[in-house]
Amino acid sequence: MAIAVENVTKRFGDFVALNDVSIDVPDGGLTALLGPSGSGKSTLLRVIAGLEQPDDGRVLISGEDTTAVRVQDRNVGFVFQHYAAFKHMSVRDNVAFGLRIRKRPKAEVTDRVRELLELVHLEGYMDRYPSQLSGGQRQRMALARALAVEPRVLLLDEPFGALDAKVRQELRVWLRRLHDEVHVTTIFVTHDQEEAMDVAEQIVVMNEGQIEQTGPPRELYEDPRTEFVMSFVGAVNRLGALFVRPHDIEILHVPADGTEEAMIERIVHFGFEVRVELMLADGSGLWAQITRSQADELELEGNQIVYVRPHRSRVFDGVADHPTTEELVAA
Amino acid sequence: MRSVALLYLTALLVIPLVMIFVRTFEDGIGNAIDAVTSPEGIHAFWMTVLCVGVAVPLNTVFGVLCALVLVRQRFPGRALINSIIDLPFAISPVVIGLSLFLVYGANGFIGEPLLDAGVRIIFSTPGLILATVFVSLPFVVREVMPVLQEIGTEQEQAAETLGASGWQTFWRITLPSIRWGVTYGVVLATARALGEFGAVAVVSGKIVGETETLPLFVENQYNNFNVAGAYGAAIVLAILALSVLLVMNLFRRRRSSDEAVPTMVVPGAELATESSTAPEGRA
Repeated sequence: MAIAVENVTKRFGDFVALNDVSIDVPDGGLTALLGPSGSGKSTLLRVIAGLEQPDDGRVLISGEDTTAVRVQDRNVGFVFQHYAAFKHMSVRDNVAFGLRIRKRPKAEVTDRVRELLELVHLEGYMDRYPSQLSGGQRQRMALARALAVEPRVLLLDEPFGALDAKVRQELRVWLRRLHDEVHVTTIFVTHDQEEAMDVAEQIVVMNEGQIEQTGPPRELYEDPRTEFVMSFVGAVNRLGALFVRPHDIEILHVPADGTEEAMIERIVHFGFEVRVELMLADGSGLWAQITRSQADELELEGNQIVYVRPHRSRVFDGVADHPTTEELVAA
Repeated sequence: MRSVALLYLTALLVIPLVMIFVRTFEDGIGNAIDAVTSPEGIHAFWMTVLCVGVAVPLNTVFGVLCALVLVRQRFPGRALINSIIDLPFAISPVVIGLSLFLVYGANGFIGEPLLDAGVRIIFSTPGLILATVFVSLPFVVREVMPVLQEIGTEQEQAAETLGASGWQTFWRITLPSIRWGVTYGVVLATARALGEFGAVAVVSGKIVGETETLPLFVENQYNNFNVAGAYGAAIVLAILALSVLLVMNLFRRRRSSDEAVPTMVVPGAELATESSTAPEGRA
């Protein structure tokens, strides 16, 4: 295991940020810590980096107990949400920083800096200052800087959080490709489940200082163990005690076995996918996700009365670790 | 609106300053030069240079350290120390001089044992330096604190993850990031130290040729009806002050637009409260 966190607890005054948290991160893997604000994911990342000290528990990197090791000596690369660029230094000097601290020979530093800047496509910006770069460029520089000293582990704290949607998409793809090339064990923190699903091989879902579930993206989506995981990873509708994915809701024009009456409030076209917002007889709302072709076939219109039923649904019986699944197969 | 402001500035600043130059050279510069180059004049010049030369670097080092501690650390008594730093702003310089006199004078509780050991503070050079240190103390601290606050700790954390020790982080990251705060603080402290009169007057005994700084010399000359001499010395002071400003301005041209730049000294600046600087790990 590249990184193991064992029973870590961290408090800030009365606030418990991490509550007996344990995770394993495989060597060379790409893991996401996913959760809402206040879930403890950034704190966990910072504990692994050594920027925070846990009140209880251990952190092991490559099998060694590094809990007492200073952040300077852990050889971890860290990328901050707001870049933490050294504003008074050029891009070149930023990236060279770690190497210069280690007193590497000048020639080596020059080569390595160029190599990295080419990797992140910033080779033409060597003499610029961070203030002259866009957000996306600054983050790429920060990545190059972190990778310069060949860290054992790369840690990214909401790396794309401060960037606009388009840039975020691009950098997501780019991070995956970078990981394929460089193969360093990587952990990144995000609150964006789509980002986690897109990029990570393994996702650790966190909530209120605890781990809800760990697994590959598909498993979390299709086999969530708690209400929270199902609601957070992917969209969900609640029908009483049933949890239903929007794309598991079938829409019919005539009542059938297991259907309920609903009125279409709004139809939104998102390119390929169509969202149908419905209101049930009891006044509660839900929304279904269907394809454009399905929508065309059904000829749906606003204020129509239709009949809906779930293909599949899930019930959580209140004991978080033991959900039960009911599958209602369409007739 | 604009003409009112200009008129105000002209009346209060420009005219008096220009008059100094006019009056000095009215009756020929002979008297002025004589006074300034007299042994007393030269002594006063070097005394001023000494006081400023000791007080400003001392207060700069102290100022940076103090700002770091006050901004980055939490400890009991923090608010109190923060307020104490403003004392030199709040208290009249004459009162400062008097209090130094009481503590370091022949009957003072520090002064007495020191005098027995052969070290004289009041009415001697150390006293003048002490008074100058005191009155110029808050400037660097107060300029650096808001800059430190604004730049936050992320750059320093990044440096640490890259392997930089505490000292390396301070020297390569923190210090360059706060250099404008330090620069402006130094300018203000120097200006204050150069022009200090009240505290130094009380503490020095104004012994001509021994414990006179340039401002004291100016007053002395004026009281002895040697107006040209007074004006001449005043011009020397002005030149000293202007050269400091010029040197600082040279540094200013290399500033990059993204750096945190302080604006003005804020006496009594409030300390950040716990909530506004919550640990960044809370996500």
